[in-house]
Amino acid sequence: MSRNPFIRLLRFLFFAVVVRALILLALGLTVRNRERLPKDGPAVLAANHNSNLDALVLMSLMPLRLLPKLRPVAAVDYFFTSRVRGWFVTNIIGIIPVKRGSGKEGGNPLEACEEALDRGEILVLFPEGSRGHPETLGPLKKGIGHLACARPHVPIIPIYMHGLGKALPKGSAVLVPFNCTVHVGEALYGSGTYNDFVAALSDAMTKLGAEEKPPAWE
Amino acid sequence: MTIVFGLPEPVICATAGVWALLIVASLIVWGLRLRGPADRYEELVHRTESWWWMIGAFTFAIAVNTTVAIVFLAFVSYLALKEYLSLIPTRRIDRGLLLFAYLAIPIQYYWAAIDWYGMFIVFVPVWLFLFFPALMALRGDTHGFLRAVGTLSWGLMLTVFALSHLAMLLVSGEVHDPVAGGVGLLFFVVVLTQFNDVAQYTWGKLIGRHKVTPKVSPKKTWEGLVGGVLTTVAVAAGLGPYLTPMDWQWSALAGAVIGVAGFLGDITISAVKRDLGVKDTGGLLPGHGGILDRVDSLTYAAPAFFHFFRYFFTP
Repeated sequence: MSRNPFIRLLRFLFFAVVVRALILLALGLTVRNRERLPKDGPAVLAANHNSNLDALVLMSLMPLRLLPKLRPVAAVDYFFTSRVRGWFVTNIIGIIPVKRGSGKEGGNPLEACEEALDRGEILVLFPEGSRGHPETLGPLKKGIGHLACARPHVPIIPIYMHGLGKALPKGSAVLVPFNCTVHVGEALYGSGTYNDFVAALSDAMTKLGAEEKPPAWE
Repeated sequence: MTIVFGLPEPVICATAGVWALLIVASLIVWGLRLRGPADRYEELVHRTESWWWMIGAFTFAIAVNTTVAIVFLAFVSYLALKEYLSLIPTRRIDRGLLLFAYLAIPIQYYWAAIDWYGMFIVFVPVWLFLFFPALMALRGDTHGFLRAVGTLSWGLMLTVFALSHLAMLLVSGEVHDPVAGGVGLLFFVVVLTQFNDVAQYTWGKLIGRHKVTPKVSPKKTWEGLVGGVLTTVAVAAGLGPYLTPMDWQWSALAGAVIGVAGFLGDITISAVKRDLGVKDTGGLLPGHGGILDRVDSLTYAAPAFFHFFRYFFTP
């Protein structure tokens, strides 16, 4: 993220005005158990992923005072396809880029995430890895388990969002207004093996998703 | 008619009355909460807070000018349609088509704004009614076709066509209401409908015994319905001559139309909620539920009062 005060102001205005107006007018959010959101960093918001709007919605749940600490975690290969796009996601959205599959080459792909947590930042992370099928929860990747076990004191907040996969699904460029519901779960902490944590998180997210029966989307 | 701050004087006074009522009600709720257990009146407190927002927004919208009032009403339609489309099952293939459904709102309210009654009255029930099924057929997916056509058409009629009668009343009523203008008529139907909801709820809570529709809306009682409608009739008889060209007898009759239509709108949305298995239509208005929970009675009362007034009081 940039240290340039002008770019920081742009980022603030983008989230304070554009994102909030968009979410208020075009979507309309109902947030269940908002009080479970972390009051400050370090923390991880772990949510299901259906739409490019997901990160923006999750970031809008937190007060603007915490905006400088909010960092969505995103894949390099998807977002750094052009210079403009790369500049925008780095400086305005403020993502932490992660190289998909780089764990197999022996490096730690989540090193930047761990450093961010050590600085007290709040990560916005999608453990499914990609958007998958609209309005369904796919299998979770292992990365979140490694991260949780590496930083066991950091609360991981499971979150389930309904409706965003209808409003702006994968493969569509046009936003169609739909009301969305965000279910916030109780914080989880890394303990035991990373596989245990991934299973516990997956379980928590599935339960959150089942709290409400969304209308059929066929 | 005397105009003060851009509004007819009777509307200013009636608005002041609504605010006075709101303040008194808020003080009562506040008193109840101080006395009783903290969580017992939780919903009532949220409900009252939401009333402040709603009455504030409505007052602002009618006080600025007609255009702002129409935009405000169109926005209510938009919120209602969005809530409806989010509640019902939809087909993935119709996603793009739903964008056109939203587009119907500015167009329909534009007919009202330019006072083109002929187009206003046929646009949704004729043109959109024919257009959307044909568009869906052209897309080529026949699976669930009838359900998709039926739910979309009904939703558009209810949230766009029915509610847009409020804007038409505001614009076309201007020349037919020498007492307080179109805004007087709008104020009359909106405030009485909302008042009727509260009156039916209160009577039902106080003396309600016999259920009207145990399966659809178990909280609705005959005592609440009759008590509510009679209270609305009494208030309408008092307000009508002051805000509309109707004398007190006609105003009382209009009050009965609004009271009964409001009840029917309420149970219709209740039936939709039962069918879909949800308690509230949304979470927009804490204590009330969604916007459809609030404007359900207006979707019936607005057209009913509009056509009642149009039939008897316009040449």
